[in-house]
Amino acid sequence: MTDTGSPRSSALRRRLSQINPVWVLLVLLIAAIIFMNPRFVEPTGYMNFLKRAAPLAILAAGQVYVIVSGGFDLSVGSLITLVVVGSSMLTNNDPAATYWVIPLMLTMGLGVGAINGLIVCFLRVPSLIATLGMMITLNGLAFLWSGGAPRGYLPDTFRFFGRELIRDVPLVRFIPVSVLVLIVVVGVFAWAMHRTNLGRHIHAIGDNPVAARLAGVPVNRVRITAFMISGLSGAIAGILLGGFAGVSTDVGAGYELQAITAAVLGGAQLLGGKGSVPAAFGGALALTAIFTLLNFLGLPQPVRQVVQGLILIAAVALAMHRRKQTGT
Amino acid sequence: MSIASDTRPTRKGFRFDRWAPLLLLGGAFSIYVAVAIATGQTQYLTFDNLIAILGRSIALGITAIGQTFVILVASIDLSVASLISATAVLASVVMDGSPAMILPAVLAAIALGGIVGLANGLVIIGLKVNPLIATLGMSLIIQGCLSAFVSNFAGEVPSAFQVFAYGEVGPFPFALLFLAALAVLAWGVLRFTKFGSDMYAVGGNEEAARFAGIKTGRIVILSHIICSVCASIAGLYLASRLRSGAPWIGSDGVYDLESIAVVVIGGTILAGGRGGIWGTMAGMLIFSLIDSVFNIAGVDSYAKQVLRGVIIVAAVAFYAINSKRIVA
Amino acid sequence: MTAPMIAMNGITKSFPGVRALSDVSFDVRAGEVQALVGENGAGKSTLIKILSGVYHADAGEVHMNGEAVHFAHPVESLRAGIAVIYQEFSLLPERSVAQNLFLGREPRTRLGLIDTSRMRAEAREVLSLFAAAGHIDPDSLVGSLNVATQQVVEIAKAVSTGARVVVMDEPTAALNETECEELFATVDTLRNRGVAIIYITHRMREIARLADRVTVLKDGEVAASFDTLPSPDAIVRAMVGRDIEDFFAPKAKPDEIGDPVLTVRGAGNDVLRDIDLDIRAGEIVALAGIQGAGRVALAMALFGEAPFATGDVTLAGEAVSFRSARAAIAGGIGLLPGDRKSEGLVLMQSVRDNGMLTSRAFAPLWTSDQRNDNADTTRMDALLDQMEIRAASYEQDIRALSGGNQQKAIVARWLSMRPKLLIFIEPTRGIDVNSKAGIYHLMRDLAREGAGILMISSDLPEVIGVADRVLVMQSGRIVAEFPHDASEQDIMHAATAETEVAA
Repeated sequence: MTDTGSPRSSALRRRLSQINPVWVLLVLLIAAIIFMNPRFVEPTGYMNFLKRAAPLAILAAGQVYVIVSGGFDLSVGSLITLVVVGSSMLTNNDPAATYWVIPLMLTMGLGVGAINGLIVCFLRVPSLIATLGMMITLNGLAFLWSGGAPRGYLPDTFRFFGRELIRDVPLVRFIPVSVLVLIVVVGVFAWAMHRTNLGRHIHAIGDNPVAARLAGVPVNRVRITAFMISGLSGAIAGILLGGFAGVSTDVGAGYELQAITAAVLGGAQLLGGKGSVPAAFGGALALTAIFTLLNFLGLPQPVRQVVQGLILIAAVALAMHRRKQTGT
Repeated sequence: MSIASDTRPTRKGFRFDRWAPLLLLGGAFSIYVAVAIATGQTQYLTFDNLIAILGRSIALGITAIGQTFVILVASIDLSVASLISATAVLASVVMDGSPAMILPAVLAAIALGGIVGLANGLVIIGLKVNPLIATLGMSLIIQGCLSAFVSNFAGEVPSAFQVFAYGEVGPFPFALLFLAALAVLAWGVLRFTKFGSDMYAVGGNEEAARFAGIKTGRIVILSHIICSVCASIAGLYLASRLRSGAPWIGSDGVYDLESIAVVVIGGTILAGGRGGIWGTMAGMLIFSLIDSVFNIAGVDSYAKQVLRGVIIVAAVAFYAINSKRIVA
Repeated sequence: MTAPMIAMNGITKSFPGVRALSDVSFDVRAGEVQALVGENGAGKSTLIKILSGVYHADAGEVHMNGEAVHFAHPVESLRAGIAVIYQEFSLLPERSVAQNLFLGREPRTRLGLIDTSRMRAEAREVLSLFAAAGHIDPDSLVGSLNVATQQVVEIAKAVSTGARVVVMDEPTAALNETECEELFATVDTLRNRGVAIIYITHRMREIARLADRVTVLKDGEVAASFDTLPSPDAIVRAMVGRDIEDFFAPKAKPDEIGDPVLTVRGAGNDVLRDIDLDIRAGEIVALAGIQGAGRVALAMALFGEAPFATGDVTLAGEAVSFRSARAAIAGGIGLLPGDRKSEGLVLMQSVRDNGMLTSRAFAPLWTSDQRNDNADTTRMDALLDQMEIRAASYEQDIRALSGGNQQKAIVARWLSMRPKLLIFIEPTRGIDVNSKAGIYHLMRDLAREGAGILMISSDLPEVIGVADRVLVMQSGRIVAEFPHDASEQDIMHAATAETEVAA
């Protein structure tokens, strides 16, 4: 909007009419939670909520990169497992080890993403198959590394990111470190996606890879970067989850589909071209809110899975319906 | 004029991809023989042992036959693993040790398969949801429902039904003959029925099929029903083999990903419209031979899982690497 | 005289922003070939799509054998006996000829199974009608046949469905001379069987050879309709119907042409052979030829997409060998792809994003130019203004724009890169006539600023009207060169004649 005022105001009106439904959904869900548990409005309530949502929100923010670039990343769940199991093996209860284990795990996340990207770009394996294969492989590696039964514990230094609170913060009294990590990661991911050339290129290669290549976009480099960012998000989520709970070989199970569901709830378009990091963040919060509500209602754990499956299908069906109506 | 339309077809003469499944099968068999001889375990080369190898992949074979149908129409089914668990549990719970309940149990299992297939097809065709997401969501729903009811081996399969997995006709296991019969039937359907011909048309060029008056949606839905019914038969087989059903047998066998890999190794292309049953059978043999090689070589079960992931990706890459299409 | 097989009266059709057809009337009788001619964008395909039920007319009626018909879907028109043979074939390459012929209506045995032997026999029978086009084995895979034979299969399919009206959309676009003759023989067969044929083309030679009557469309209206075969000049006058000098930009004056920008010597790859090519600064060179002659392959070789395996390429005095589009762009080559939607645009992104696609591709990944006062962004907006792109806002998704405006955005993409050589592939395909003139003048302006321009076009009047020099390709070679005043006949002859090239 450089020239006149009229396109500006029309763009504004368009934006208002096109407000992402995920925010409406989130507001409704939060209202429902507050209705059922008024203490949610206190810092303990919402900060714990945000803390619980943090790993999923970070994963969803990473997943958006791959989805917008036109693919899927199903390997992040088992990557989380591998990060938690691997960290416990490597630190071996030595608090000092945290300082090299965490950078190593982040590098591993980037590396796994890079391998996914290389397989998709150069072996031309569709990302769904490639990352499912990676999922099996990483799960196997986690078992292999821990000998089937993970031993060891994560030292407190490692669990700092998942567990600690920063106290005496004005207004909100305290902030969990994981929420700070969440804000920083989502902020950086949103900036890179929506304010940099990288983000525009990720949109372009997901929209039309042939046109992007013929226009000189380094398609492979961009695609690999998208997978690396998703891998990085998996490693960060793993580090947080390692701080939340104990070490097991199924800590990450199911997270990949939750991340995709969150991104799709946020309006990310499957097979690429459109998507938003903040909206995926909103999708992750909404999904967590739904799970929280199900908990309040006393519904058993497996119901979550059923609900998540329904949401996944419904969100895509709704998106297709909207797209048909806008005539594309 | 697009890039593609400027080159004339040059598909005459020897077509490598037509023969690739057989070449791969030959290769896998040679490796198997070589490893058996090299490790001095020639007892693995007997006829009985080869039959036993086949016997281990019955469930995969049955599932893959179904998966061939959906992949031929350019769809995919990632819900087969959960469906296998669900039907195995359902059958074993309904039978609960009573031979009189065998028929109702079998019918119930197949009906469940039919319903799931119909639901998959309707969601994909009616709601226009991407088949990957539709069936992933369905998988979550099935698995969630299943886990809500059972968490361990449930029910009991009467010995009369165990004939399915353990019975023998002459030197051949009954299940192997059943698989062969199913393959012949599937081949006949693809080769000699209008439905089979329509499937190739829908997968090859959906628009052309529609313009030829083929009800493309119906074909896709029917393919999904066939796929799910095949998965439920695989579930019945596993219930018979394990003498009871458990909610993890499908996902433990990675039947979703492995059945896709088997179909792809067999030369059926993921884009649809090309391939067939015999390729899928060759793919199944290749997989069981590779599995046997691991067994002979004494590969640890976790390492086997790691290698499995790698092999699946490599198998898809084998076909994809020469294609000019950009994948994501 | 009997009622026409098909009569379309007063057909009007608008698309958002464009009136594609206004009050078009058109008819065709049994046993005749009615040629439908007009430039790209004149409304020919829209008319056919209305006839076959792909689009619905805003006004006007379609009569078949004197009865009003409404086709809601192509399947309905097919059932009524109207078969349209599009340029993109609707054949399944992985299935046999017989399977394709009987797609969706296979003969069955009493058991309900497909009667393969009867299918094969009937296929053989249908194919024998087209024996003039050579023998076709009903069992061979369609993908293994050449384009001309595939076309015969497509026509045979139409006949075997009992089509009484056959529409052919530029069926010779990819055929050489012998293959054209085969096709003409096939058309004669159809006509003798009493089929009504609508034959879309813009080649005068084919009109002279085949047509009984001719209807000329221009800018969505019937410009002329001839009940007897008119002279080529009459057709051309009706087709263009305006001052040619105005429509096309003036040709380059000798002093506007500078030093060679591009020199290619003895280059080749698995599609191209012995390519020698010079393009000078300020000059527009057109590449003519039939589909499959290797024109796009040559463009893609220059652009690094499908590089040359042998030979030398010099760009602005430097020896170059581009292995990717990205390298070629960095070296100073630009390319406007022929299929805007599938190769040119990122449809879900904004007009500005589409314009800036290439300049951003060569800026660091992590830099940001998203702020509205960013210098690059401002420069792109100025370029888009200068191209007079009609959009509500440059942040609007580009898919909502008309073809002409979309094409201008792609041109803007390249203008911002200041390429030394710019390759245009089918620059005006699917663009309305007014935007066409704009594109032609843009090309000339670019040339005047010192760029060399290579244009690939299947539209011969466009080739002749735009180019300073015309090169003709055939079977992966450049076989002829003509000055700017070449005739359509000469170019066609060079493009289709079977010059037996030594292997």
